[in-house]
Amino acid sequence: MADYILEMNDITKEFTGVRALDNVNIKVERGEIHALCGENGAGKSTLMKVLSGVHPAGTYKGSITYNGKECEFKNIRDSEKEGIVIIHQELALIPYLSIKENIFLGNEQASRGVIDWDMTEKKTDNLLKAVRLNLDPNTLITQIGVGHQQLVEIAKAFSKQVKLLILDEPTAALNEEESDNLLELIREFKNQGITSIIISHKLNEIVSIADRITIIRDGKTIETLTKDDISEDRIIRGMVGRELTNRYPKREPNIGDIAFEVKDWNVHHPVDEDRIVNRNINMTIRKGEIVGIAGLMGAGRTEFAMSLFGRSYGQKISGHIFKDGKEIKIKDVPSAIQHGLAYVSEDRKTLGLNLLMDIRENISMANLKKISHRGVLDKDEELKEADHYKDVMRIKTSSVQQNVASLSGGNQQKVVLAKWLMSNPDVLFLDEPTRGIDVGAKYEIYTIIEEIAKQGKCVCIISSELPEILGMCDRIYTMSEGQFTGEVSRSDANQEVLMNLMTKEGEA
Amino acid sequence: MEKLTTLKEKALNLFSKYSMIIILVVLLIGFQITTDGILMRPLNITNLVLQNSHIFVLSAGMLLVVLLGHVDLSVGSVMAFVGAIAGFLMINYKVDPIIAIPVCLLVGAIIGAWQGFWVAYVEIPAFIVTLSGLLMFRGLTQVVLGGQSLAPFPTSFNFFANGYLPDIAGGDHMHYLSMIIGIVLSLALVFTQFRTREKRKKNGFIVESQTAFLVKSLFMVIVFVGGTYIFATYKGYPIILIILAVMVAGYGFLTNKTVAGRQIYATGGNKKAAELSGIKTKKITFWVFVNMGVMAALAGLIMAARLNAATPQAGTSMELDAMAAVYFGGASTSGGIGTIMGAIIGGLVMGVLNNGMSIMGVGVDWQQAIKGLILLLAVVLDIYNKKKRK
Repeated sequence: MADYILEMNDITKEFTGVRALDNVNIKVERGEIHALCGENGAGKSTLMKVLSGVHPAGTYKGSITYNGKECEFKNIRDSEKEGIVIIHQELALIPYLSIKENIFLGNEQASRGVIDWDMTEKKTDNLLKAVRLNLDPNTLITQIGVGHQQLVEIAKAFSKQVKLLILDEPTAALNEEESDNLLELIREFKNQGITSIIISHKLNEIVSIADRITIIRDGKTIETLTKDDISEDRIIRGMVGRELTNRYPKREPNIGDIAFEVKDWNVHHPVDEDRIVNRNINMTIRKGEIVGIAGLMGAGRTEFAMSLFGRSYGQKISGHIFKDGKEIKIKDVPSAIQHGLAYVSEDRKTLGLNLLMDIRENISMANLKKISHRGVLDKDEELKEADHYKDVMRIKTSSVQQNVASLSGGNQQKVVLAKWLMSNPDVLFLDEPTRGIDVGAKYEIYTIIEEIAKQGKCVCIISSELPEILGMCDRIYTMSEGQFTGEVSRSDANQEVLMNLMTKEGEA
Repeated sequence: MEKLTTLKEKALNLFSKYSMIIILVVLLIGFQITTDGILMRPLNITNLVLQNSHIFVLSAGMLLVVLLGHVDLSVGSVMAFVGAIAGFLMINYKVDPIIAIPVCLLVGAIIGAWQGFWVAYVEIPAFIVTLSGLLMFRGLTQVVLGGQSLAPFPTSFNFFANGYLPDIAGGDHMHYLSMIIGIVLSLALVFTQFRTREKRKKNGFIVESQTAFLVKSLFMVIVFVGGTYIFATYKGYPIILIILAVMVAGYGFLTNKTVAGRQIYATGGNKKAAELSGIKTKKITFWVFVNMGVMAALAGLIMAARLNAATPQAGTSMELDAMAAVYFGGASTSGGIGTIMGAIIGGLVMGVLNNGMSIMGVGVDWQQAIKGLILLLAVVLDIYNKKKRK
């Protein structure tokens, strides 16, 4: 009989009428890396909230057995006392406090209310070493990147004598190198006897790291896979409940003439004007073509797209933009939209949507001219347009007057896409179009992108997920350190070729 | 049994949707009882509107500022400053009100532009810019007035704050013109509502049920005609009420039906997303502050005209009353949420509280304490309702 550190039996959790978890069972062996898979909204996060006491005992049905005894956690403190620490997708660090202050936040090294800073610093030093982070404990959180912040969170977990570490989408915001480091670290923890539960949409990572996988669909446990039957296709089958033969829609490119061209594009950093963020970029997109920009995070891809889109990023921007052979001058966002450009940002919650507004108002936000006469809105027209795009995009909602904040990630992304389709662009930049979206919704988004290209529009996809770039694009530019380092056609491209170019040093 | 629960649910839903109006009605009834019917007397209702008119004007301007997630602390001082300029022009230099009033509004616009420039284009927090305005314009008021009050204003100027609509036939107990206007307006309102409903039905949109529509229309007619009756049995519509009505209609139209209004909500809700959607958020911010300046100037003129004097201490802490009215009316402190009707109802609640407690003989000290507590309770209730609806 296996030695289980954690058994959650018949967990049922209801939110006013909606059954989020329905008799879920999960057993985690001591010292293993256990992955939890499921589409968005399947109930993974709810399950982890039940475990950590965010949803306190009594608000759910079922039992939790941890280390052989039944537990009833009333809040996070209770579960942390037992060594269960959860690291959320949205990091909970305070930006203007230092690393050491963050690590011991709520657990201050103090006697009679007076903090012993020397002790704090020494302990922080040791913890940082344990996660192989070579940083001064006095560094402010704002000064370090997301990858390092993640490690600080883990160090914080260590300070609480963690026995069961839960990581919710730990690599979502990390680039490939940082992700590899993190996964390596998790393996090392395993050798030290720490059990981990990992939630991730990146199936390749799960395949490489997990000992066992529990799959949840629609709030129910579907199955638990062991090492030998783990494969990406197998996981997907469990998650979506059917065989997804193609993860990308079939592409039949119908490519025309060059319709969009950028020449000698240079962008300087918005604050530090001597720093060059983009150097001598040249690119072309043909009618009906899907072009990819592959690069690691921080390579300058988003900066490039945003500086093109009405100078929304950077300063001292120089270069030329041609559309249909004629040079166009774009001085701000309104003129970019007028010239038929559209940019779907990578961060839909802070840059793409107004979470206070409903679907209808979000879709029309960039197109108020279209639904108004002399500055007066025609709300019926707006409703009609929104309903039209709801159908085109297959946005799952009862009404377009529903607030966007209540939609799932995939549906929110469709709203952002609808906004930009309504502006009827000729050139569409999509920055990480499927980040944080589950497999089923991804396919739908890809299908929409493919349809856009079919209409003869120029599409550019920026992504750090290479399979996505390889699956969707006709031609791929690679980017590193603010420059384009290569141009590869679909037939010549594979992960290795791209990775080599993406990590090539710039010529500057 | 089941029917009862749905009825209860419906009542709860209605309550959460119209909680502020319900609070207002409860206050009106409560004070009507505790003041032995003085509150709703025509004379008192007319006074209530006259005495609080400047708050309504300020709240309308403040609503837009709050929608952007900003505040304007300077409006009380701007009121005093514009009042001082008005006194300086009309009393010291005998300038005709026809010229002096536009000049004063222009001064308000310039002040608004000054503050809007720093907030919108230099991106200095509005709190700081308008705090500076609060000190600066209070000081400049003293400079203009030399520390003394200026009085009296010409009668034609007073008329604008204290006057009434003239009557066609001199009815002794009833102001006929006001009554006719009230009835015609209420019918016109119901008719336009009916027409939009029919049009939406024809276009295949879902509309509210016939009963709901009838109840709403009936309610509107009662409030309109009833309110008019109260004014008509005193001296008829005050001029200021007409100005306020036009202003509310204008702001309702701006916030609900225009591109500019939508852009204000979009900017307040998520500035970065609005910018990336091609909305010129700086321009919007700038003009919202210009508008606030004009409204503060208008409020200053109304106050000076009503008091028939320009005083150095006019408008002190009015900025807080205006903000209280806006927040009371359901606006969010972080921007993006709020309505003009909410702000006006918030202003009314404050006014009714002041007026009712004064009639009851509650001292100013307790009035302030009670107002403070009620503001908090109202917002707590609002937040509680919103959470429950989720």
